[in-house]
Amino acid sequence: MNFSKSFRNTFLVILLSLIVSACATKKTTTTVEGQMQGDVYTGTDTVKYLADGVPDRVFFATNESILTTKSRDTLRKQANWLRENSSINVVVEGHADERGTREYNLALGERRANAAKDYLITYGISADRISVISYGKERPVDSGSNPLSWSKNRRSVTVKAN
Amino acid sequence: MIKILKIIFLIVLFSTNKAYSMIEIDITRGNLDPLPIAVSPLFQDDKSKKNSINEIKTENVGSEISLVVENNLKTSGLFNPLSKEAFLQKPDIAHLKPRFEDWALIKAQALITGKVTIEDKKLKVEFRLWDILAGREMMALAFTTVPSNWRRVGHIISDKVYERLTGEKGYFDTRIIYVSEEGPKTARVKKLAIMDQDGFNTKYLTLGNELVLTPRFNPTSQMVTYLSYFKNLPRVYLLDIETGTQEVVGDFPGMTFAPRFSPDGKKIIMSFAKDGNSDIYTMDLENRIVERITNHPSIDTSPSYSPDNRFITFNSDRSGFQQIYVMKSDGSNVKRISFGKGLYGTPVWSPRGDLIAFTKLHKGKFYIGVMRTDGSGERLLTENYYQEAPSWSPNGRVLIFYRETKSNDKGEGFSAKLWSIDLTGYNERQVQTETDASDPSWSSLLSN
Repeated sequence: MNFSKSFRNTFLVILLSLIVSACATKKTTTTVEGQMQGDVYTGTDTVKYLADGVPDRVFFATNESILTTKSRDTLRKQANWLRENSSINVVVEGHADERGTREYNLALGERRANAAKDYLITYGISADRISVISYGKERPVDSGSNPLSWSKNRRSVTVKAN
Repeated sequence: MIKILKIIFLIVLFSTNKAYSMIEIDITRGNLDPLPIAVSPLFQDDKSKKNSINEIKTENVGSEISLVVENNLKTSGLFNPLSKEAFLQKPDIAHLKPRFEDWALIKAQALITGKVTIEDKKLKVEFRLWDILAGREMMALAFTTVPSNWRRVGHIISDKVYERLTGEKGYFDTRIIYVSEEGPKTARVKKLAIMDQDGFNTKYLTLGNELVLTPRFNPTSQMVTYLSYFKNLPRVYLLDIETGTQEVVGDFPGMTFAPRFSPDGKKIIMSFAKDGNSDIYTMDLENRIVERITNHPSIDTSPSYSPDNRFITFNSDRSGFQQIYVMKSDGSNVKRISFGKGLYGTPVWSPRGDLIAFTKLHKGKFYIGVMRTDGSGERLLTENYYQEAPSWSPNGRVLIFYRETKSNDKGEGFSAKLWSIDLTGYNERQVQTETDASDPSWSSLLSN
């Protein structure tokens, strides 16, 4: 009798955990779908604003430094803001996610920061107003180890330098 | 900053017996049958024990040294040090003339005995290595140093025993420089730290005010090169760990990173990133002449010289993804050598010259592996969630690297630790550090 009782309990626990895990899976999928396109982050969780309507950061796909349509839109807003505030200089910080070797990520962060910088220059901002720094994977904004967290960390962030 | 205690070892060979010995260890294969060895406590008389307490606050330094030796031999995976409780013979008598039958009875095949004295602020150590089955002495050495150096004495004895029994140089009298890590992932505080190869004598070389990464030893001196974000300018620095003097290497208009010394210690090879492109450069430390080695719109980084200075292996994404390349040290004859599935990074040339160790990422897993210098014979030694950046032991038999664990959504569960594995793929073990740790670099042998 003891045996069958404990068996039943175990069965219950397994059943419950199946339900719980099913919920969890469902929840993550929808969150990710809402906030990522491909593996580029499209949400606004971590975004700060240089001025009203001027987001400070753009996001990248894994191993990529190509600017998405949305990123270019953001950078045009930054360029306008910089044009209107000609006394402000900026630093563009390039970042990578934690799923790569440290040294390659330093180079990748530098490449990403320069992709953003080059776009700002194309929109008429003088190169000497923009410096770049790469942090590689050293300064994540999201400390999770999952695809959504990584997508938030693959970014370049424009920061006021003065 | 760190004062390296200079020591003079008066090595006196007093009766080395080079005759045929039965004991021999093959270190080219995974050793599943480590050699049973008895490490007798080194004998110390009462007078010397008193001096020992005064000098180094340890009564029985002879016994402590034998524990250092025992631990080294055990972690090598090649030896099985036997429990001292089973020893029948007293240390002083065993050192004079072991009763081989007694040691054979506990299945020892080799025996280490010794004697220490501390007098006039000097530590004198003699030790002998015995072949139990052949019933003869294999090696006998004596040296003198300052008492505070007693752990190093243990490491040197370990190296001598390792060399005598394997036919190759040891790696115990060495140090590891690494990055000590503390705090949350989003605001990690990193410091340069250095410790003995067995995790003792940890010292911190920077305060954690600025981010520091990828320290590497000069193979010929007490210099270290590393990346520092001092004043938010990521640049390659040189640090003399004897004097604590630091200097920035080269005045580059951009980030310099991924530094490493040439095997002769005369140059630093590194990446310089400008306008979104990273290429490889060298700087001659004597005349400060900078040479550009690669010139390609891709990322070229993680350079490492071959031990004869003639070739350089490096990491490049010129094919579209991270792969490993080899070129002549003037930058000519660039050849891709990694062709397996996945991405490859952090190539590092073995001090023996025949192999390149690397990090590989394939299907969400990270591997530490080795391949021949033409890319053939790829062998993956260990698979994990995240690990990278292997560094060779000076004898080219062991790799040390770091490993990170997965964190949950809040960043909990994250850790970074040092691990080592033999070239055979066996004997994987965590290397103890006081804090979380990454980016290890193994020094050369401090004494030869």
